[in-house]
Amino acid sequence: MTRKGWVVGAAMMLALGLTQASAQDSALKVGMITTLSGGGAGLGIDVRDGFLLAVKQAGVPIDVVVEDDQRKPDIAVQLADKLIQSDKVDVMTGIIFSNLAMAVIPSAVAQGKIYLSPNAGPSQLAGPGCNPNYFNVAWQNDNLHEAAGAYANSAGHSNSFILAPNYPAGQDALTGYKRFYEGELAGELYTALGQTDYAAEIAQIRASGADSVFFFLPGGMGISFLKQYADSGVDMPVIGPAFSFDQGILQAVGDAALGVRNTSQWSKDLDNPTNAAFVESFQAEYGRLPSLYASQGFDTANLLISAMGKADVADADAFRAALKEADFDSTRGAFKFNTNQHPVQDIYVREVVKEGDVFTNRIVATALRERGDAYAADCPME
Amino acid sequence: MSLVLLLEQVLNGVQLGVMLFLMAAGLTLIFGVMGLINLAHGSLYMVGAFAAAAVSGLTGSFLLGLAAALAAAAAAGALVEMLVIRRLYARDHLDQVLATFALILIFSEGTRWLFGSFPLFLDVPTWLSGPVALPLGIDYPKYRLAVIAVGLAVAGALAWLIGGTRLGVQIRAGEADREMIAALGVDINRLYTLVFALGAALAGLAGALVGAIQSVQVGMGEPVLILAFVVIVIGGIGSIRGAFVGALLVGLTDTLGRVLLPVIMTHIVGPQSAATVGSAVASMAIYILMALVLLVRPSGLFGRT
Repeated sequence: MTRKGWVVGAAMMLALGLTQASAQDSALKVGMITTLSGGGAGLGIDVRDGFLLAVKQAGVPIDVVVEDDQRKPDIAVQLADKLIQSDKVDVMTGIIFSNLAMAVIPSAVAQGKIYLSPNAGPSQLAGPGCNPNYFNVAWQNDNLHEAAGAYANSAGHSNSFILAPNYPAGQDALTGYKRFYEGELAGELYTALGQTDYAAEIAQIRASGADSVFFFLPGGMGISFLKQYADSGVDMPVIGPAFSFDQGILQAVGDAALGVRNTSQWSKDLDNPTNAAFVESFQAEYGRLPSLYASQGFDTANLLISAMGKADVADADAFRAALKEADFDSTRGAFKFNTNQHPVQDIYVREVVKEGDVFTNRIVATALRERGDAYAADCPME
Repeated sequence: MSLVLLLEQVLNGVQLGVMLFLMAAGLTLIFGVMGLINLAHGSLYMVGAFAAAAVSGLTGSFLLGLAAALAAAAAAGALVEMLVIRRLYARDHLDQVLATFALILIFSEGTRWLFGSFPLFLDVPTWLSGPVALPLGIDYPKYRLAVIAVGLAVAGALAWLIGGTRLGVQIRAGEADREMIAALGVDINRLYTLVFALGAALAGLAGALVGAIQSVQVGMGEPVLILAFVVIVIGGIGSIRGAFVGALLVGLTDTLGRVLLPVIMTHIVGPQSAATVGSAVASMAIYILMALVLLVRPSGLFGRT
């Protein structure tokens, strides 16, 4: 045997040894598909960082394979196939946007993978389309908008102008708001998805004689709207879901967001020990304040860790039952699963404030207590 | 709908149009003079916005931010022209599209490296914030009026540059016959770099002006780029005057479409679905306009036939 042959042989033996070592190691394997590039990357980065922080703190054997979906459904589907077939993950998580969730989750859970959603909660997966392998650890998509409607009633608003982008989540948002809101509508408007100039809409709001504005414009759309709204001199109160007021984008909105009320299931000042420890350790680890997305990633990992302590992932029934107990300390305080495996939780009203140089939120009221969702009754699971 | 509201919306349309003109002018100039399709024009817009946000964040001065946006975008444009674009003039349009698309990806990821994934803060300066009372009882944001003024001033300056200066003569000559002007002793490489930097600076100015009222984030240039392409196709590719008229047409069509179509749809499909149907048709309006223009004038309003 030549010298070269020896080297190759030794390398092969070494490789064999390595495979054996990794086969013996019984780490649970998590496949995380999330948005790490393009618009919306801030959300995926926060979910990932929150998730990895919880794994690190618990010190349990979990391998996390992180993949970037670039916010494109076709790429998310390819990544899901790769994670299931070649990485052979046990559990999947991570997707931020509902259209990607709908492209990946139904097929992944049908192949027997457990999926824990840290953000998207499309209504299609909460009603008749619910699945024993699918757990939502964030919210059903309508929840925060319902809370905004409930808050508008208690704040005495009776003539709202409402607007959202013209796509499924935008239509769900306005439906959710109207489900709880009892007053009149001064106007109802759908904008283009990705629209950045709202001069025409703001002029209509000014002319409508409304007493309040509800808007759902996630990400950059919300930044643009709030800045232009503040600059237009219209000064009626604005309400929105937390998506336009999370820690990542508040700094980009600046003073224009001060005092705006927004609804969220989490806030950094929620008074419970888990949350206090989470906020402190997140800031220490990453040098920035956590957003609600980070809290959702953190809770998702802790739910998974709680189930690992009770059952083996190879025993699917026992593992699902352990997940459903939701026996973990959530950053949100009380947290349990509904029959459709979506959260039952309190939803709060927050106000944007400035602490030193940093814009952030504080809780001013509770909008809905122990809210499940409107679709659970249609889910055949018990 | 009252007349005052309609007038306010016309102003909004003009403002959007003027903004689009700043983007489209550079794009059409580069295509007209060099025959190059530059998909990375939106990235230069982003470079302008990020430079303005970074510098005005550091210095607290919006005007310094604007100057930085112009300088950074022009420098990025000149650099890209000398390193990459120069090799593409002789190639066909498909190669140009591929290479400049690659530039979009490089610019986007490079910006993310430098500035992170979270949007940056850039605000309207205090001396331009808030509304101003116009005749007829219109309250209009001061900043948007200023944007209209800047856009019109740039349009005037461009018209003078192209029509009344030696450089303009060279640019027009370069458009007509690049071999001949090179043979006459004009340094064609320098001229091309200059035109590219000029187009880039205009895009950077647009990015900085818009960044103050929108969000400064990675990928902000691409939606505007698509609109700018619609503008130059309507106006006639290569024509500055066409870009100006096309930009105003697109701005007005888009804004008034968004406002009026939902109202019109109420009478056609009823109030139940008017909001969604109206909004859907409104987002098509400018493309319908483009199709109609192309139907009547296949090379655009001011295009050479």
